Amino acid sequence: MLTKQQAKLFFLVGTFVTFAVFIGLTIYSLRQVQTNLPEDVARGKHLWEKNNCMGCHTILGEGAYYAPELTNVLKRRDVNFVKGVLMSEKPWDLHGRKMVAYGFNEQQANDLIAFFKWVGTLNLNGFEKVDRTVSPLAKDRMKDQSN
Amino acid sequence: MKYKSQKVAYWFWALSMLLLTIQLTYGFIMGFARVGLDGLHQWIPFNTAHTVHLNTLVVWLIAGFMGAAYYIIPEEAETELWQPKLAYLQLIALTIVGVAALTGYHFNYWEGRKFLEIPRELDWLVAIDVILFLVILLMTILKGKKKSTTAWVLFGGLTGAALLYLPGMISFDSQVLDSFFRWWVVHLWVEGVWELIMGGILAFLLIKLTGVDREVIEKWLYVVIGLTFLSGILGTGHHYYYIGVNKIWLIIGGIFSALEPLAFLAMTLWALSMYSKGEKKHPNKLAIFWTLNAAIVAFLGAGVLGLAHTLPQTNLYTHGTLVTAMHGHLAFWGAYASIVFAIMTYALPNLTGRKVYQSVRGKVAFWLSNIGILTMVSAFAAAGVAQVYLERIMGYEFGAVQNEIKVHFWVLIIGATILSTGIILYIIDFIKYGLPTDEALEPA
Repeated sequence: MLTKQQAKLFFLVGTFVTFAVFIGLTIYSLRQVQTNLPEDVARGKHLWEKNNCMGCHTILGEGAYYAPELTNVLKRRDVNFVKGVLMSEKPWDLHGRKMVAYGFNEQQANDLIAFFKWVGTLNLNGFEKVDRTVSPLAKDRMKDQSN
Repeated sequence: MKYKSQKVAYWFWALSMLLLTIQLTYGFIMGFARVGLDGLHQWIPFNTAHTVHLNTLVVWLIAGFMGAAYYIIPEEAETELWQPKLAYLQLIALTIVGVAALTGYHFNYWEGRKFLEIPRELDWLVAIDVILFLVILLMTILKGKKKSTTAWVLFGGLTGAALLYLPGMISFDSQVLDSFFRWWVVHLWVEGVWELIMGGILAFLLIKLTGVDREVIEKWLYVVIGLTFLSGILGTGHHYYYIGVNKIWLIIGGIFSALEPLAFLAMTLWALSMYSKGEKKHPNKLAIFWTLNAAIVAFLGAGVLGLAHTLPQTNLYTHGTLVTAMHGHLAFWGAYASIVFAIMTYALPNLTGRKVYQSVRGKVAFWLSNIGILTMVSAFAAAGVAQVYLERIMGYEFGAVQNEIKVHFWVLIIGATILSTGIILYIIDFIKYGLPTDEALEPA
């Protein structure tokens, strides 16, 4: 029968080993992540954060599920459309859901677009295709529509 | 109660209940916005409501854990709290930081990082507050007569939670790194060290409520938290599938998150078997209800519903959809909200001396809140699955799909109303217990 000491040992050894593996994998995988980003991309990211865009949208699939996923926004929408939304002085309203009227200036809008462009270039292990539709069903449907 | 200084727990729980009320209110604002009723948009846009909803959740649970620790540690260490006045100071500081953060969220003062929106300047105040809290607990344990496993596990979980807050304070230019380390906080909290806190509270409640031998309960506590870390630490990988890091996380995250339900299952079996072995003589049946509820619903919400979308093949489609909200709501309710309700329900009669155990209101509160949350989770499930199908499989546009699934948000609002009715009844009971008093002190 298991004793309390053995149970404690199981906890301590299991935790230590898995944490060590976790740290090792973290170092291994982060070596491949780009860190020296162009200045406009970094500025765009900080604008994204400062205005809590993730409080409505998702990016890389993370956020609040109230407004569209923006990882591939520039593949779905024209850059001027996106710029128009960002610079709008009135709440943008599509399908009845309002966006905060941020009224970004030209420079800020360009920075955010640079950020979206960079995010759009990431290799997301398949997810980059999902919000552009990945399933065979969807592909067939799109083919039908274009014919 | 056995020690006068345990009274401080009551005030932490009072803060918890206040924050929970705010959380529910802002949840309704979001629910109504989802069905198109967003008249408050100008003052409380969705991102403000969302941030207040998440942050009040985190802080009411943490205040609940702190209250639990201040109640449990003196009893486990068999001594009064070290410097109880500092504990009140810590409560006031926590409240001030909370009010500042919540106010700031209405004026674009935040960091837009889900769950970690508290601005950097306030982060430092949180850190100081938590250090003070941990020092009070540690000094109490060290000066105490007894050093119990339950107390150390609870203290270890709380210390781990404090340490893991730090990676969330690093600033990154890259969204990938930002997301990567955000999960060090969020995942390693809820599927890691918070489970230690839950395990510690659960062990204390099982010891008190079932009468089973402490050594047996604490032995299985080690097994449960061992399984938690064994699966949960590398299970962090399920957040790394699609955020721009190496493919290796698809394998690691997939395998270890498939093991995560085992830790929750172990917790359920542990609680149920201790209960069935026990004497069933304790008069506080409601506390037993909430304790078992925590153990069972945590398995369903965190374990089963987590597994429902955590394998990479499924998550490819469900990532970033309402399916996540489905899992999140039941997981937080089962694992963490319920354990806070359990310890409060156990402790309130002891703190106030009002030994009312068979409150009809309390029972109705228990059932309504559970039925309410299950209704909400069902609504999120239906909405989430429909969203995945229409958006990710059929390829329809996001906004069009959200309009299509609007009916589920009405069901969500109905569920939230049932849940809130239950919570209001619980809070009425909480108030009716009255204030903690030295007269409730049990003779040694």
